[in-house]
Amino acid sequence: MTTTSADPVTFEDALERYDPVMGMEVHVELNTASKMFCGCSTVFGADPNTQVCPVCLGLPGALPVVNARAIESAIKIGLALNCSIAPWCRFARKNYFYPDMPKNFQTSQYDEPIAYSGWTEIEVDGVSYRIEIERAHMEEDTGKSLHVGGATGRIHGASHSLVDYNRAGIPLIEIVTKPIEGTGAKSPEVARAYVAHLRELVLGLGVSDVRMEQGSMRCDVNLSLRPIGVTTLGTRSETKNVNSLRSVERAVRHEIGRHAAVLDGGNRIVQETRHWHEDTGVTTAGREKSDAEDYRYFPEPDLVPVAPSREWVEALRAQLPEPPSLRRARLQADWAFSDLEMRDVAGAGAMNLVAETVAAGAAPQAAKKWWLSELARYANEHDIAIDDVPMSPEQVAQVQGLLDAGRINDKLARQVFDGVLSGEGTPEEVVARRGLEVVSDDSALGDAVDRAIEANPDVAAKIAAGKHAAAGALIGAVMKEMRGRADAGRVRELILARLG
Amino acid sequence: MTDLTRLTAAALADALAAREVSAVEATQAHLDRIAAVDGGVHAFLHVDVDGALATARAVDDARAGGTAVHPLAGVPIAVKDLLATNGLPTTCGSKILQGWIPPYDATVVARLKVAGLPILGKTNMDEFAMGSSTEHSAYGPTRNPWDLGRIPGGSGGGSAAAVAAYETPLAVGTDTGGSIRQPGAVTGTVGVKPTYGGVSRYGLVALASSLDQAGPVTRTVLDAALLHELIGGHDPQDSTSIDSPVPAVVEAARRADVTGMRIGVIAELGGEGYQPGVRARFDDVVALLSKAGADAVEVSCPSFDYALAAYYLILPSEASSNLAKFDAMRYGLRVAPDGVEVPSAEEVMSASRAAGFGDEVKRRIILGTYALSSGYYDAYYGSAQKVRTLIARDFDAAFEEVDVLVSPTAPTTAFRFGDKLDDPLAMYLNDIATIPANLAGVPGLSVPSGLADEDGLPVGVQLLAPALADDRLYNVAAAIEAMLAEQWGGPLLAQAPELEVRT
Amino acid sequence: MSGSNAEISRDDVAHLANLARIDLTEDELERLAPQLSVILESVATVAQVAADDIPPMSHAVPLSNVFRPDEVRPSLTPEQALAAAPQVDQQRFAVPRILGEEA
Repeated sequence: MTTTSADPVTFEDALERYDPVMGMEVHVELNTASKMFCGCSTVFGADPNTQVCPVCLGLPGALPVVNARAIESAIKIGLALNCSIAPWCRFARKNYFYPDMPKNFQTSQYDEPIAYSGWTEIEVDGVSYRIEIERAHMEEDTGKSLHVGGATGRIHGASHSLVDYNRAGIPLIEIVTKPIEGTGAKSPEVARAYVAHLRELVLGLGVSDVRMEQGSMRCDVNLSLRPIGVTTLGTRSETKNVNSLRSVERAVRHEIGRHAAVLDGGNRIVQETRHWHEDTGVTTAGREKSDAEDYRYFPEPDLVPVAPSREWVEALRAQLPEPPSLRRARLQADWAFSDLEMRDVAGAGAMNLVAETVAAGAAPQAAKKWWLSELARYANEHDIAIDDVPMSPEQVAQVQGLLDAGRINDKLARQVFDGVLSGEGTPEEVVARRGLEVVSDDSALGDAVDRAIEANPDVAAKIAAGKHAAAGALIGAVMKEMRGRADAGRVRELILARLG
Repeated sequence: MTDLTRLTAAALADALAAREVSAVEATQAHLDRIAAVDGGVHAFLHVDVDGALATARAVDDARAGGTAVHPLAGVPIAVKDLLATNGLPTTCGSKILQGWIPPYDATVVARLKVAGLPILGKTNMDEFAMGSSTEHSAYGPTRNPWDLGRIPGGSGGGSAAAVAAYETPLAVGTDTGGSIRQPGAVTGTVGVKPTYGGVSRYGLVALASSLDQAGPVTRTVLDAALLHELIGGHDPQDSTSIDSPVPAVVEAARRADVTGMRIGVIAELGGEGYQPGVRARFDDVVALLSKAGADAVEVSCPSFDYALAAYYLILPSEASSNLAKFDAMRYGLRVAPDGVEVPSAEEVMSASRAAGFGDEVKRRIILGTYALSSGYYDAYYGSAQKVRTLIARDFDAAFEEVDVLVSPTAPTTAFRFGDKLDDPLAMYLNDIATIPANLAGVPGLSVPSGLADEDGLPVGVQLLAPALADDRLYNVAAAIEAMLAEQWGGPLLAQAPELEVRT
Repeated sequence: MSGSNAEISRDDVAHLANLARIDLTEDELERLAPQLSVILESVATVAQVAADDIPPMSHAVPLSNVFRPDEVRPSLTPEQALAAAPQVDQQRFAVPRILGEEA
């Protein structure tokens, strides 16, 4: 059955009748120096097939040996997600044929994941959601195929493919949630917030650089709808190629609408894998997927069981950074922020950035102000994560420092931000190059004040008569003459000193 | 000068160390022998004349220069074509790997090279080690030197025949269900399957990963022990390799003393289905051991009755997965399907595998795919893994009572070509006595026990010991070998007919 | 798939051959089915003794926690890696057009 429908259903409309249930599968590429089962380098961007060996190329006779650091990273991720760590588990073979998989099986974990039954908490618009984690398990990445000859470089219509196995064998951790229910209209934001939160958690562990656009964090979104009030789950679709936080949110929103349109039309959802297109904002059908995809799993005979001792697990737990909730509470106290202020910072994903800015010398309120205004706006306009804005917390603190020292004012500060973000240099360099320093020479300022008084005798008279509020117009005139390079407060003082 | 090819590896090693003979002479002698008889025997798939002689020269130079070398340096050896040899073709007896030259050495091969053993070449085998007769080789069968119309056993028929035909004093084989031991029995040679994990599997093209082991194929027990010590030991590249020293097998082989040892005769192996001559020679050996001061008792291992069934589920299952890598995308035979203009990768994979794999391999891959399928896993593969536990427990219980277990190695002597090709099950029965050891991971050894009266063909007796107690095998086997040699006035192989030499 | 009595039909074999990526001829399909049925029947006996309380044995060696340190080791050169490739293009393995999507 096809899933097109004549009348698209709006998101709001769909939510009046349907209850979305989501499942998120996130793959994290670990930042180990060598691959999961061999000593080949994992450095990104090397020439094709220069980082392969008999093991990761799947040559006859080669055997895998587990990377100790990958196990550690897997356990840390599990602990950070409040999972139980298996006292004993094995790898399993997932058997299927595909040219980017050198052995035509993937060494993964099946019914014995290293971490399971965890949870994590996220917040969207002040509401907390507890996301149950089904499992986190270890597996190896595949090679990369270039599809040649087709129109879009994708697989359809390609005449042949070129395979590079540099990526084959790089360690992956797959994190799978239990069905996420009860998120209703907030489903898209919840999905996005979950992925953002997971990203932050993993980044904090130092086990991956989790860059979605580079593929070191990959997200598959599963979605199904059920009529409101029904408890059984609907048929789900899986959406791949969701390469940014924004895409996560948009894809969920789109799929909810699409499912609703299909169901409203009396048709059935096909259980399939779909491909998200960020440019057109839609998903297209891929392969039909059946739950009973026969991977013929069996325990990997070439690897022996992994049985992390409780001592080792506790030692790793001790190495974990402070859990985000505890950290957040501590920072809130340190910064004396209100709940609402903290929520805004967390919601913007700017907590670490604010913390680093404060560490670099800025006051918490000031740090928050800049990250949530100039920098958040820049990130949104350029559709990048706030961590990726081309300005560091140290630089933000420097700008605030210039403000605190009275060398620039607020308006000028915004110009400094603009300059740094445009790549013109450091804050000092931008101030110098653009001549943004406030004039602090009283005699120069005084001359400008005198000129303004002379030019506006009526206003001057009013001020002299005691209407100090009228000083605003004169301040404006002085600021205009100074091209903004003056401290408005000092100008006011000078005016009142002369007239008051 | 003695015919160098009739010397045991130990004797040859002594002669080399004493500089009575050079490694080049020894190697050339064996190359000449291969040229003379392998046309009839067909033990070798590839002979590396240049490489072997180069190694021999290097060994001679080292000795001349006073550098210390391994005791076996300069003693030639053959390697089963299942082991990866850098720069030498490795076909695994299959068309799908015709002409494949690995870019790396198996760890076992690397150890041979470091020790300076000239590698004469790669020996023939049943395709991907699936078989008991070497009739399933894609390159034609190997012939038993005792009777060229008969099979040499399998899957390692090439290694055993090469050793039996004096083409090499040493060979390395692999054993998954008896592929070293059974050929040993039917060719009158010695074959050992070490404790699982005792010898590195890195570079052994996997058949059934949880069952495969590489091991020595030789004419004497001492030779096997010397080779075992060289190739055995921990390998960090093999996660299943045991990190403890190789058991003291050479010392045990020299000891050859069974006084006070408890020997267990396995009730379930050696009765019905075993050729009378096989049983007779077995009984003789048990009697000999008793006379030599050992205590022989019968033990029962009831789960062994299910060993064959478990094996023929576990092996095909693991093999179906291990052989999936042969898909024509990165190496090996690539064949396009007939009549398809622009074939897909999937189609090319299917056509190549169809063209490259033989019948037995296809049979086992299909069987394995079935046994692992969802819905069937529990009844088949899952159940077989449980039988494995039962077999291991039977061994444990038996070894509480006895030090070593014995049985005939194979139910029959060498059968004629074609005798069992039409009936896969009949072929599988050849492994009935050897399979339990692979399932439990315990070491096993076959040593010649004599000739069957009815056909005058060699028979072997199998010894089994607990995991890591490989030395017990060598001790008892050496004792048996010595006592029988005394009876026969020489080794059993001396009674083999002389092969026709091509001049 | 049929399979109540350890019996494999020709269609079963065809399905399995597809899963295993082996093109079997009609003749092979006809021949293999009965052979496999016979084998299956004899190996099916394992289910008789495989009681629930018996743990399955996946490894013949009592090892666990075998790891290697996270250290980079030399790789093959691309020439070595591609030496046996049926077809090479731009230092990559050239493979025919792929029909299926990645899993």
